[in-house]
Amino acid sequence: MRRVASPTSPSMEITKDLTLPKLLLRTARKYGPRKVAMREKEFGIWRPINWQEYLERVKALALGLVALGLSRGDKVALIGQNRPEGLWAEMAALCVGGVAVWLYQDSLIDEVQYIVDHSDAKFLIGEGQEEVDKAVAIKDRCPKLDRVIWDDPKGMRGYDDPILISLGEVSELGRKLGEREPHLFEELIEKGQGDDVCLLFYTSGTTAQPKGALLTHHNMLKMGQNMMAVDPCSEDDDFVSFLPFAWIGEQMMSISCGLQAGFTINFPESPETIQQNIREIGPQVLFSPPRVYEQMVRTVQVRHLDAPLLKRKVYDLAMGIGGRIADLKLAKQPIPWWLTTLGKLADLAVLKKIRDHLGLACVRRAYTGGGALGPDHLRFFHAIGVNLKQIYGQTEIAGISVLHRDGDVKFDTVGTPLPETEVLIAPDGEILSRSPCVFKGYYKMAEETTRTLKDGWLHSGDIGFLDVDGHLVVFDRRKDVMTLSDGRPFAPLYVETRLKFSPYIKDVWVIGDQRPFLTVVVCIDAGVVGKWAEDHHIAYTSYSELSQKAEVRRLVTEAISFVNRSLPAPARIRRFVNLHKEFDADDEELTRTRKIRRAFLEERYREIVEALYSGAAEIHLDTTVTYEDGRVVHSKTDLWITDVPVEAE
Amino acid sequence: MTQANVLLQVENLQIAFGGVSALAGVSLDVRRGEIFSLIGPNGAGKTVLLNCINGLYKPDAGRIIFDGRDIGSLRPHQRARLGISRTFQKIELFSGMTVLDNIRLGRHIRMKTGLLDGAIYVGRASREEIEHREFIERRIIDLLEIEHIRDKVVGMLAYGLQKRVELARALALNPTLILLDEPMAGLNLEETEDMARFILEINEAERWRTTCILVEHDMGVVMDISNRVAVLNFGEKIADGTPPEIQADPAVIKAYLGEVEDLYATRR
Repeated sequence: MRRVASPTSPSMEITKDLTLPKLLLRTARKYGPRKVAMREKEFGIWRPINWQEYLERVKALALGLVALGLSRGDKVALIGQNRPEGLWAEMAALCVGGVAVWLYQDSLIDEVQYIVDHSDAKFLIGEGQEEVDKAVAIKDRCPKLDRVIWDDPKGMRGYDDPILISLGEVSELGRKLGEREPHLFEELIEKGQGDDVCLLFYTSGTTAQPKGALLTHHNMLKMGQNMMAVDPCSEDDDFVSFLPFAWIGEQMMSISCGLQAGFTINFPESPETIQQNIREIGPQVLFSPPRVYEQMVRTVQVRHLDAPLLKRKVYDLAMGIGGRIADLKLAKQPIPWWLTTLGKLADLAVLKKIRDHLGLACVRRAYTGGGALGPDHLRFFHAIGVNLKQIYGQTEIAGISVLHRDGDVKFDTVGTPLPETEVLIAPDGEILSRSPCVFKGYYKMAEETTRTLKDGWLHSGDIGFLDVDGHLVVFDRRKDVMTLSDGRPFAPLYVETRLKFSPYIKDVWVIGDQRPFLTVVVCIDAGVVGKWAEDHHIAYTSYSELSQKAEVRRLVTEAISFVNRSLPAPARIRRFVNLHKEFDADDEELTRTRKIRRAFLEERYREIVEALYSGAAEIHLDTTVTYEDGRVVHSKTDLWITDVPVEAE
Repeated sequence: MTQANVLLQVENLQIAFGGVSALAGVSLDVRRGEIFSLIGPNGAGKTVLLNCINGLYKPDAGRIIFDGRDIGSLRPHQRARLGISRTFQKIELFSGMTVLDNIRLGRHIRMKTGLLDGAIYVGRASREEIEHREFIERRIIDLLEIEHIRDKVVGMLAYGLQKRVELARALALNPTLILLDEPMAGLNLEETEDMARFILEINEAERWRTTCILVEHDMGVVMDISNRVAVLNFGEKIADGTPPEIQADPAVIKAYLGEVEDLYATRR
């Protein structure tokens, strides 16, 4: 049993009675109208909102919620895109002593109903018509739901359900109440204690029903403090908020770190403009799940495939130099002077421009968390000079417990524990952690709580180990660890992240537990492969047709063979099939954070798994597709199974 | 129905190309604030009728009265200035220009300042430009959800988005009456639903209240969003009325050989 911990290092004192609203009050008073708290791009222009306005908006909304009958401990469910109004509404609920429950915007009606009902939410605050439609559809099945508050008026004519009220009206109610009782807002905030629950976070859950993790103000504040003790953020930094608020990582930056550091939070114009808006802002800090970085790499790879020969050669040369320097740096070896010089040239000619195009020109630190990012991806970012670091944590520990330190990044680890955090590997290999950020328990799930939380130790369900430098290596989810034909344990996640470095592969599912060899189900990247097919004059009409083309299967075979060469013999992939559709969270194949749900896939695609191991060359599949509005459509498809030639050993 | 309610009155319109009679005396009234759909088999004369309304074709006989005024003698740009704008069945955008520039072109007719003001560009001209920018950004780009393609060159965009840009340009005129020629043609299900949403918005929203004449083959959409429908067949109007009336009309069913119900059934 090994155990590591970092020394404590409190920079700002976080007392037991400090809450997020108290901190908001303090920060807003400190900066007032002199500093920009957030920006939103609207109608083509970045519009600043200063700290005083931020506080006033929150105050009006908070008192408005009080006027509507919100009291301490009541739950407020929120759905919507990343907009300032979302953050104001959340902070408003917290100021009253309420608990915020964020939902993913693309949640299906059943999921919304489950969470709204299970969390006992009294109010639901939705962005616009789409959310209102969902709310109205479920209100009869959620008797505790009292009011539905909406913001965007587009399409909202003709809605006259008495349960509905607009965010503007709520603010107006709040302003009136504020005039009658000018000190009420401060009094409400004053009542808050650090141990009060502030967030109820439904974890996506790769198995069963979502579980609601209860996090306190103290959890959130301590997490922000400990993270920034390692990597300080400055009040002059810019951060772009574009990931769902229902993801703990976004709360970590927008709320925990944002209020403590006082940096500016920027909200993109629309989901489609995110990449462009990030580039305009040029944030100093970026925190995203792996898919964002995977997408960035793919963008560059596709441009590379498209470029003329000379440009490709220059790119290859520069990336070679960048990669060499990154390898030496990470191995903590000296870099020879000539390589440094070449590196500067490469930077000037290519790497700097790539950083700029990806919106990473000013990034001091980029973090990836919430899933595994492949070593090839990590190396790519270090090669172009971006300090990308892995973090590890769960919602149950307020999002983060382990982090790479600057200059001590290893591609296959997630780093070392934060201050005040202990990490322990149980005898069975499970990763346990303990810190002031460990959650209170699951809402209304005592049994689950006792199983996860023992003597203050959070049981993660992940298998891992500590390497010689005390870095944590996360192997995989315990239930996902496979046994190879030679009896060795094996992490499918590792092979999957390696395969995903190919620009043609978007998602992949590795099968092979207790089987003679490994097989994979591949979801090709429609955009990249489609472009490739066009360039090679291959005609196709749909994703499913494209995926079964012989040329496309050959392309995937090459990508798999490439990865196979660096895998031990029993872990090599022998056969694969291109799926006729992409994995989709609406079909429950992925969690809302885009992790694949193996048990579900195993069940759903049993025929495919059987065919992969039966030696069949073809599968006739009859499946159903679920649309976001709940429609279900049947489809029949034929899939080809391809053998991957395995080189002689 | 009072006269004041009628925005566009078409009386006994006739036009022939060579020996083919494209419109053989069509009359119809479009009321202020409604969505009025024209349906009919291919070659029935729907697009010809739109072309007559906005002045691309000059009818052989008949009158077109818009807002109480006979516009038969006006040229297309004069009719546009009165507030009649349109989109085309086949996209007619400037494919080498950006989305924003295409929309701005649609707004050009509303420019009050001239070349000289523009050259000096203080006071009036710059103020006006800001006003136009605000109109385009707030009312059009935000409504049609095309923020992300603002600066893209139109020729590079997917077909569905180009259709949206066509609508955007037509809206830039701030029209009283908009003629939509098959806005859903070639769109997938999601894009069709979006388009229907936009049309309803420009028709119903307080700040638009634009009367729409819609030519469309997608019966599901037509029956869902129209206030009234007219059916053309071989240049003649064979029926008009509310969607349920049209669906029950024997003449319509005959012209379509039962297609109406079939189409309607397959949509759902």
